[in-house]
Amino acid sequence: MSIRENFEVPKRYNLIAFALMAVGILAIIGLWVTSGSKSDPRESARFWASLLQNSVFFLLVVNASMFFICATTLAWGGWQMAFRRVPEAISAVVPVIGVIAGAILLAIAFGDNHTIYHWTDSHHVAEDPILSHKKGFLNKGFFAAATVLTIVLWSVLGWKMRQLSRSLDNNPITTVEGRKKYIWKNTVWAALFIIVFSLTVMSSIPWLWLMSIDAHWYSTMYSWYTFASTFVSGMALIALFVVFLKNNGYLEYTNNEHLHDIGKFMFAFSVFWTYLWFSQFMLIWYANIPEETIYFQPRAHGIYKGIFWLMFIINFIAPLLILMTRDAKRNYGTITFMAILIIFGHWLDFYQMVFPAVSPNKVPMILYDFGVALGFVGLIMFVTGRALSKAPLLAKNHPFVKESLIHHT
Amino acid sequence: MAVKKFVVGNFDDEAVLFPAVKKVRRAGYKIHDVFTPFPIHGLDKAMGLRDTSLHTAGFIYGISGTATAVGFITWALTVDWQINFGGKPFFSLPAWIPVTFELTVLFAAVGMVLTFCYLCQLAPFVKKDHFNPRSTDDTFVMALECTDKTNEEEAISFLTTVGAKEVKVEYKETEWWLGRYDKDKKLFHKEN
Repeated sequence: MSIRENFEVPKRYNLIAFALMAVGILAIIGLWVTSGSKSDPRESARFWASLLQNSVFFLLVVNASMFFICATTLAWGGWQMAFRRVPEAISAVVPVIGVIAGAILLAIAFGDNHTIYHWTDSHHVAEDPILSHKKGFLNKGFFAAATVLTIVLWSVLGWKMRQLSRSLDNNPITTVEGRKKYIWKNTVWAALFIIVFSLTVMSSIPWLWLMSIDAHWYSTMYSWYTFASTFVSGMALIALFVVFLKNNGYLEYTNNEHLHDIGKFMFAFSVFWTYLWFSQFMLIWYANIPEETIYFQPRAHGIYKGIFWLMFIINFIAPLLILMTRDAKRNYGTITFMAILIIFGHWLDFYQMVFPAVSPNKVPMILYDFGVALGFVGLIMFVTGRALSKAPLLAKNHPFVKESLIHHT
Repeated sequence: MAVKKFVVGNFDDEAVLFPAVKKVRRAGYKIHDVFTPFPIHGLDKAMGLRDTSLHTAGFIYGISGTATAVGFITWALTVDWQINFGGKPFFSLPAWIPVTFELTVLFAAVGMVLTFCYLCQLAPFVKKDHFNPRSTDDTFVMALECTDKTNEEEAISFLTTVGAKEVKVEYKETEWWLGRYDKDKKLFHKEN
């Protein structure tokens, strides 16, 4: 077969990536000047909150690619094999953003500013019965250890999965026994990743990183809801890269059937996200206990109302109505538009998770945060492009590749 | 009830059936239907069938379920019989969403099942004619519909050349319910 196996990063692509990163750095400098450098801790918290929101959001989004790979591997799925190198390349960004996010999180926890994580203030915790009860979980040592361990495990296990996939490129397996062994090995490593993933993203890490901003409030559904948010954005990101590569004449064996399935994931997990979002909201609304409703007061009724309902429309109504038909999921234009919209919507979702507690009296200028987000987009573009160009775009020696080439929905 | 005449070819391999469907269509014969033991991906496209509109029907049923639920609960709880539930307003949408969701799913599911039965002409006590009972087991059956102009000898030999193992001519009744399938009344008549 003669296909364009190797992706060459176009000059313009890198130029755009660097331009976006420059925008991001400018936005960070702007934020530092307008708020980060201020001596009032409430003012400077706005700077750190922006970094926290963006780095954690994009870290979880790129990590969702590796979750997609491992989940399909565990299910012995073959259909994704035609474009599997794309999520693999995206997951190569995890260590890069992981370092950035880890540094930001530790800086917030160990810096002297207690506005974002006010459980780091030991005097305050001693006087606060609720926070002193949570001390076993919400303390600096545990936070640091969990953060570092989580990011390292994601990076290492992700690297191992990519390694396993690339190890076949130049030495195909000829025997059936060898293939079985290879699939089994993949399954074991994927299972390990999934275990780590479910102990972190799906259960504890969003509590630590995001929910502890509202340290008094808690919701057991929070992590699942965050996971749904980042997984649907992760699928949207994969869709964007697949469409980009198709438009540039790569990924010859990925066709509308595969795009249709990615579209289904985007549709289904938008609805899944809504299900969790609403379940969390409805229970709190129904019980109407002040300790719980305090979370939704500034968001659904206060000054963050606009962002809150806008993100609900973008994340639920738009995907539900636009992505419902078969033709929409097979159309490059619709998929691209919806993917960008979904990523933006879930970024807004993270925005309303972080900011109401940090800046309760006025909605901060969102354009700065958007600038920072563009910086992270540029970083993802650059690192993913590099990772894509390093390995062939088709894992042609994988035992399941035939299944993907003849995939039909 | 109209009785129609069919030339029925039995195939024993889907790999033969696929090109056969294409060749038969190219030759200008009208395929009444193809019966297979299991769903075959892409056969609908090869036969030139249009996409089903079952999902559009499903969407409409779903929307009617939503409208029914929201409409009825709103009327019942804000107009007809107002009840104060824990100090919530009479119109408290979040509490109704689960019921609305269930009714949407119920309407869509039941409606689509009934529509599917109608489209496939399935109903209790309706006997369906098989061209070949083995099409539920291991045989792929292609039925060509004959008109006045069809030369059946030619059709039989054509089906044999494209790979049919066994070809026969059969007369079958059609049009069992509301006459949905056979709007065309100028059909083949046995006596001609």
